[in-house]
Amino acid sequence: METQGFQKIYTKIKDITKATVTVNASDVGNDELASVGGRPAQVVRINGTEVTLQVFAGTEGISTDSEVIFYGEPPKLKVGDGLAGNIFDAFGRPLYGNVDFDGEEREIGGPTVNPYKRKQPSEFIPTGIAGIDLNNALVSGQKIPFFADPDQPYNQVMAMVALRAKADKIILGGMGLTNDDFLYFKNVFDNAGALDRIVFFVNTTENPPVERLLVPDMALTAAEYFAVDKGEKVLVLLTDMTLYADALAIVSNRMDQIPSKDSMPGSLYSDLSKIYEKAVQLPNGGSITIIAVTTLNGGDITHAVPDNTGYITEGQLFLRNDSDTGKVIVDPFRSLSRLKQLVIGKKTREDHPQVMNAAVRLYADAAGAKTKLENGFDLSDYDQRALKFAHDYSEELLSIDVNIDVNKMLDIAWQLFAKYFTQSEVAIKADLVEKYWPKAQ
Amino acid sequence: MKTTGQVTGVTSNLVTIKVDGPVSQNEICYITVGGSRLMAEVIKVNGDKASAQVFESTRGLKMGSPVEFEGHMLEVTLGPGILSKIYDGLQNNLASLDSLFLERGVYNDPLDYNSSWEFTPIAKVGDTVEAASWLGAVPEKFIEHKIMVPFSFKGTYKVKSIVDKGTYKITDTVAVLTDEEGHDHEVSMIQKWPVKEAVTAYRDKPRPSRVMSTGLRAIDTFNPIAEGGTGFIPGPFGAGKTVLQHAISRQADADVILVVACGERANEVVEIFVEFPELDDPHTGHKLIERTTIICNTSNMPVAAREASVYTGMAIGEYYRSMGLKVLILADSTSRWAQALREMSNRLEELPGPDAFPMDLSAIISNFYSRAGLVNLVGGGTGSVTFIGTVSPAGGNLKEPVTESTKKAARCFYALSQQRADSKRYPAIDPLDSYSKYLEYPEIEEYLEANFEKGWTAKVKTAKTIVQRGKEAYEQINILGDDGVPVNYHDRYWKSELIDFCFLQQDSFDQIDANCSLERQRYMFALLMDICAENFAHKDFEDCSVFYKELINLIRQMNYSQFDSPQFKEYDAKVRKAVADRPKEA
Repeated sequence: METQGFQKIYTKIKDITKATVTVNASDVGNDELASVGGRPAQVVRINGTEVTLQVFAGTEGISTDSEVIFYGEPPKLKVGDGLAGNIFDAFGRPLYGNVDFDGEEREIGGPTVNPYKRKQPSEFIPTGIAGIDLNNALVSGQKIPFFADPDQPYNQVMAMVALRAKADKIILGGMGLTNDDFLYFKNVFDNAGALDRIVFFVNTTENPPVERLLVPDMALTAAEYFAVDKGEKVLVLLTDMTLYADALAIVSNRMDQIPSKDSMPGSLYSDLSKIYEKAVQLPNGGSITIIAVTTLNGGDITHAVPDNTGYITEGQLFLRNDSDTGKVIVDPFRSLSRLKQLVIGKKTREDHPQVMNAAVRLYADAAGAKTKLENGFDLSDYDQRALKFAHDYSEELLSIDVNIDVNKMLDIAWQLFAKYFTQSEVAIKADLVEKYWPKAQ
Repeated sequence: MKTTGQVTGVTSNLVTIKVDGPVSQNEICYITVGGSRLMAEVIKVNGDKASAQVFESTRGLKMGSPVEFEGHMLEVTLGPGILSKIYDGLQNNLASLDSLFLERGVYNDPLDYNSSWEFTPIAKVGDTVEAASWLGAVPEKFIEHKIMVPFSFKGTYKVKSIVDKGTYKITDTVAVLTDEEGHDHEVSMIQKWPVKEAVTAYRDKPRPSRVMSTGLRAIDTFNPIAEGGTGFIPGPFGAGKTVLQHAISRQADADVILVVACGERANEVVEIFVEFPELDDPHTGHKLIERTTIICNTSNMPVAAREASVYTGMAIGEYYRSMGLKVLILADSTSRWAQALREMSNRLEELPGPDAFPMDLSAIISNFYSRAGLVNLVGGGTGSVTFIGTVSPAGGNLKEPVTESTKKAARCFYALSQQRADSKRYPAIDPLDSYSKYLEYPEIEEYLEANFEKGWTAKVKTAKTIVQRGKEAYEQINILGDDGVPVNYHDRYWKSELIDFCFLQQDSFDQIDANCSLERQRYMFALLMDICAENFAHKDFEDCSVFYKELINLIRQMNYSQFDSPQFKEYDAKVRKAVADRPKEA
């Protein structure tokens, strides 16, 4: 964003609000980038010769004679193979030193893929976490968020998923990431020797919040380069989308827009879907899979951010502390992967769908037994066994510290069935029971 | 001469334009920016300033960008070749676009202008015709596509000439019509129609009098939708709206199905165009895709075109209705359309109504729903447009403006309940909150009496009462404990569970259970109602639950068996024996 010869400079700012300035200028395009008193800004409204700019870092100290320079183009990102292994800020500028590589500049927030050109997602992404692979299998080209309260270790789980997912590239978009979490991600990827296939775009809590709005588009422009141009399998991690939505609310408020539910802008659904719908399975074999984090307030999913997200994404993963085992588990009731039926039992072992359903049903029976116990009713023998099963199931399968392949998960499930239940209680199709029910030692 | 103008202001996709001539509300214009022409629609005029919503990204738009007005509103192109197509909200043919990405400003022809069709004349020289009169027919897939007098023709016409049976290009003149003043008009196989205007070229619109089957028991028996009726499905995310709509689109007894994916996930559209070419239409045996047209404006496509997509769907539906066909339009979801209206209203700085939606939301919605209906055609016979929309209520709360406005307009209400979805009771249509106004229509009651059996609606009411009483009994049991209530409370509860598990629940992933014919529904419903009429004697509540659980299991096996197959009959006999053997109260 260096100053170039043909750029016009304006020095008469008319209005200044906390986030925007207005200046009289001509021949300015919508969405165009500019600098206001040396700070990056973007055109958000044109009214006659009056141009309103959103100043990302805020307008503190901007004076009416500050220089406004228009760059004549929307935000761009230089894409190339050299992106990999580097860390950038929200404007796509390298965070450490000078990063030089061959590539071309591309506008961020580009057009959408023609729905007719999409392929149906069909590739299973194993993560080693049974709460995901067994009950909520992920599929390439899927978009799915973690719904988690701020105290839950969602960033750790996401880093784990990213490393195990066998993606060609991992692109991390950090929005309002604490510096500690940012360093955590960096160290984890570094230790795993994966840094060279990772691209970071980071806005930490130390940076102005409005800058965050550029992060998902930057991350996805990089992702599209690797997936579309190179045919690679790209995993995009976005954390935390709730903070992204907060930044949207700030801007829309400053632009005098009428807020809708939970003070969020009326366009929240469209704003979020523009990001999530970039997830795609391409005809050339490349794919973009998006795993995001939406933090909740006390588990409330009716808030506008998780609510709109749920309507857009293909399922959601809930993390929960399990009081029986003291571990963090992936909640089998509230979590859902809408695309799982495209792979389970097809790309995984044939007994996968039935085992998954049976285990969740038995786990639900245990939950019923627990309620009975709490209400002071007597437990039947079946209830007792269900409770024991639930404990083992939670510890050996649902817990997020489990790391095994999907066949092993299925074997463990069968062993637990055999340990606590009869074949008719498990009620799985006879031919599968015949084949997989553990033989008595 | 065309009116032109210049852009004077841009806020997101709202553009203000200074115009140099006449401009009309909802007129289409094109804005030139960097070599592309972006389509926009006028939504407000103020002196020589027009405000327009742009159907594309407005990035790079500048003050002074030139604008050209087209002199017409947003139109659909109607003619043979619409079936099986995948359109975007502005009727661009997505399958024939080359690039992977949808580049802005790229529009293409909705129909193949080089195609030829086998034309058979219906009208004769000298006939008096009017808008929507049939002039001839061409075979499109397995339907007989009528070539009609364009809907925009006013008054009566004499057929001056009509071509002989033969193969003609879609753009060839097939007839010449003379109007009342003696002017001649050439008619080809193509006509255009402004999407926001209802097609009214029909004799009249009687009350619906037939039921349209969907193969879903919870709808057809409990709350049937009429042919030419309207219904809507509100539900929180994860309650199975889309699965339900897809099931209806596969099974409904309609000639033409229009699936409007409005602001929803792209992968759901992919599912339709991947699977429909493989699946058979249960009514005709043809492939499902042959009777289906998809209009998709997925959630990441331009917001303004979302509104256009539902109207485009409706206009195409009205076109096929005029051919005497049964058309079903499914729109998922009309909330996204309402949100698009909200975004524009906000940018226009209109005073907001509830939840920042525009004040006239409810009027817009009822106006739209009113375009559905059964009609008597100008040349005799009937055609129908049945419309079912889904609504995505914010936070799953049904007391929000879109749900409430739609409730005023639609005659059937299929409430999806989170609770039912959580306990995996699919379809999650709540049997007590949902309703169909058509059950109260004497015409429909007559139809059901004639086609199902005498006293059918009364029987349905009884079933609903059983479900209601079962729910009440269940609440009592929960408060007082299993032992704390008389055994007949348990009996009441289990009778409602019997209806729930064996009739209301349906496995849309099971090949046989997914689609239940009306004949089969009648049979199963009669069986269940006979059981519910029995006064069983139970030893205690456990004995009661064991008996019903076994019964439920047997009847579900019936649901999974081919109707009237030996297997089905075997389970049927077992059920009847179990019921007969059970001791009864005196």
